[in-house]
Formats: sequence, structure tokens, C-alpha cells
Amino acid sequence: MVPFGGWDMPVQYSGIAAEHHAVRTAVGVFDISHMARVNVRGRNAMALLEKVFTNAVATMKVGQVRYGLICNEQGGIRDDILVYRWSDSFSAVINASNRKKILAWLDQHREGEVTLDDRTFDTTMIAVQGPRAVDLVAGIFTDSVRSLKYYFARPLRYREVDGFISRTGYTGEDGFEVVVPSAVGRLLWEELIGGGAVPCGLGARDTLRLEAGMPLYGHELTETIDPLQAGLGWAVKWDKGPFIGRTALEAARTDTTRPVRLGLELDSPRAAREGCPILANGETVGTVTSGTLSPWLKKSVAMGYVRPALASPGTPLAVDVRGTLLNATVVPLPFYRRPKTT
Amino acid sequence: MSNPTNLRYLPTHEWARLEGDIVTVGVTAFAIEQLTEPTYLELPPVGTAVKAGEKFGIIESYKSTSDLYSPVSGTVIERNEPLVDDPATKRKGDPKPVNDDPFGAGWMLKIRLAPGATLDHLLTAEQYDAQLASEGH
Repeated sequence: MVPFGGWDMPVQYSGIAAEHHAVRTAVGVFDISHMARVNVRGRNAMALLEKVFTNAVATMKVGQVRYGLICNEQGGIRDDILVYRWSDSFSAVINASNRKKILAWLDQHREGEVTLDDRTFDTTMIAVQGPRAVDLVAGIFTDSVRSLKYYFARPLRYREVDGFISRTGYTGEDGFEVVVPSAVGRLLWEELIGGGAVPCGLGARDTLRLEAGMPLYGHELTETIDPLQAGLGWAVKWDKGPFIGRTALEAARTDTTRPVRLGLELDSPRAAREGCPILANGETVGTVTSGTLSPWLKKSVAMGYVRPALASPGTPLAVDVRGTLLNATVVPLPFYRRPKTT
Repeated sequence: MSNPTNLRYLPTHEWARLEGDIVTVGVTAFAIEQLTEPTYLELPPVGTAVKAGEKFGIIESYKSTSDLYSPVSGTVIERNEPLVDDPATKRKGDPKPVNDDPFGAGWMLKIRLAPGATLDHLLTAEQYDAQLASEGH
């Protein structure tokens, strides 16, 4: 077990590589109860979310889920979150390490009638990920989850209590994330494993998201990196009206000198880790934010930041790994894209 | 966790086994549990002089990269070759034995003790167990 955002979490159950392969080829489950779950309701709930969230909220359908950023006034990323729209309220799923900060931010910016209900400690959240996830959850809940579209959610009954399920995840595979009251959380976890799911820890969660090119708060995303640098411009909606950080982001749109997030493939089995310098022609031009030997691709891959002129795929760079210079090439993100089956 | 009583230990989780004046070196099962399965290992070539408490190599996993420290002073006389890359034949090293059998097939180096060098400064199994317990493991 390791400390993570105030929680004790397992790095692995059976082994990172085995868990990783289970998610790519079959189905794995992750206890992600550390993620903060906040219900936002009241007459002015939508206005609050529109004000703090870079993606559009008003245009969401009931049952829709959107990824976006919460920015500071300078456009720096305070958190990356999911917003769920229900018929009478919203849910926000927030990073564990940012729970208190974002709750305070929401509280600070609310106007009028808004209730913030932190459900983190009375619910359990489980991610069910992999090509066999759909059959497993359909068998346990209801066959109708098969028709749930990507980034949509619906309420759920499980063992006489209410929860919800969304077709979302952090692995690059098809899959679901399920929230149920804590009282039945363990039963659900055991039922999923009984149904053939492989329990997966933080280690595989990190290698899977890295292959899928997904950023991790505290690594690729920080208060001094903005969504445009991070390659998340698609989650910033310019046609939605004002939101915190918008003015700074509009000014940043035309600036081509700020570092941008890129993918690197190393010419070595060695892993580039957070903080390793990235070099071009012997000069430091950026920094690695995450890196690992990819369990699926069997290549050393990393994400980091360099200025746009050096971020085009094919650009030869180098990474200084503990004093050893390793050749690397800029490659497009994601490193891994799941085969289209349906 | 049971650490073999015939071995001596560094607080950084390397073990040493003395036979004559030859010391076999590896990392403990606890180290592997913390590191998770190794993916890459870098060891010094035969003939390298190593010093007690100083870095002799690198071990990497999917999760992290760590330095390896020599329990004793001496000269490397043998390496567990299948664990490491062989640039001459381009054979890839496979550190799996370190994961599967850290106290046995996963040994890393054999070191001939430098004149006057001993293992006296190293922890006994009992002391190492106590260290792990005091760290909450």
C-alpha cells in the first residue's frame, strides 16, 4: 500500500504487467473510491459549473458526461474533472489530491442557490475496464447498459440501493465507472472479481493511462500549465460565455513559444521519469512529466513539455536519464489506441 | 516476511552472502515488493572495483527507478549475465529471476572481498527484520 491523495492504495495485486494485460485483453477492476464525488444541485448549480468549468455545461443532455478543466484566473489548471448531468442535479468527479481545494473553490464562486454535497466518503467508485467489461457489467446490472454510449451515464439499482454508472475510464479501453453506496461497495467489488475481473492497482492505472496518452494531475497538469499547452484545447469551449481563466486563455491562444505536451518514444528499454531533462542538440529544451516502459508496446514511452517548434512527430530529441543520454523521437499521442471492434 | 538468517543486509535492501572470500549480492524480497517486477537492470562489468555503501547499478520497474548499493568493498568477479543486456550479441536481459527468486536465482553479482574488508557492518536478518517492522511493514 502507498499513500495517494490522503488514501492508502495498493500499487498492485498480482503484478503491474499482468493487471495491465488483463485490461487490454479481458477485464480489470480498479477501486477508485479515492476520486472525489460531489453532487451539485440547486437553481444556480449550472451557473456555478459554467463559471468554473472550461467545457460547456448548458448544452449537455441529461445523462451526458463531459471532461474539462477548472482553471485559475491565469488559465493554469486547478484540476481536471468529469461533470455528469442528471435530470435535477450534477455530479462532479474530482482528483483525490484536489478534493479540498476544489470544494473550497466551488464554495467561493457559488452565487444564489447551490448545494455542494460531498459524497466521497459514503460511496464507493469502481472502474470496470477492458474489452470484456460490457459483458460483465451487463450480467451484474442490467442488459441495457450495453446501449450506454461513450461519455454517457445513467442511474442504477444494485442490491436495493441507488447508484450510477457511466461509460468512462482512464485506460484507453472500453469500460465503465460505477458509483454505489459504500455499504454495498465491497459486495460489488467481489461480484466483479467473481465474474472474472482482475483486480488492478495504482501501478497498472498509471501505465494504462500513460499508453493512452491521458494526462495525470500533478504531472502533466499543474496550476502553471494551461489546457492549451496540455493539448486539451478540445475541452475548452469558446462559444459558451465567460468562465474563470477565459481571458488569459484567449491571450495564450496565439502564443507559440510556450511549451506544449508531447509524446516521446525512447531508443532504449530504460524508463524516462518525471523531472528528466529533454535535450535537443545538447541543450535542455524541456522536462519529462511521466514515463515508463510500456507493458503493452514493450517500448519506453514518456510525456513531457517542449516548445512547439520541437514538438512535431519525428523530431529527434534526447532524454537525460540519471546522467545517461538516451535518444528519443517525438511521436503522436496517444501511444496506444484500442482496436475498433464495434 | 522472512529474510534468510544466513545473509547480511544493507538498510537499502541489498543482501550479501559470504562463501570463503566471495560475496554474492542481490536485493531482498521486500525491495521487489516495493519496486514491483523489475523491467531493466544495469550491473557493472567484471573487474569493476566496488565500495561498501556506494552505488553499483540501477534497477527499474514499470513504477520506479532505483540505485543499487554494494554491501561490501571488493572486485566484481562474476555477474548474473542473463539478467542484463549483452550489447555484443544484442541479447536482451531478463530480470524476471530477480522478481521470482530474489534470494536465489535472482542474485546479481559475485564480489571478491578487498583485503581486510568484512561484512561486520551489515545488518543481521534479525536487525533487518526489525528495520522493516519499525518502518511499518
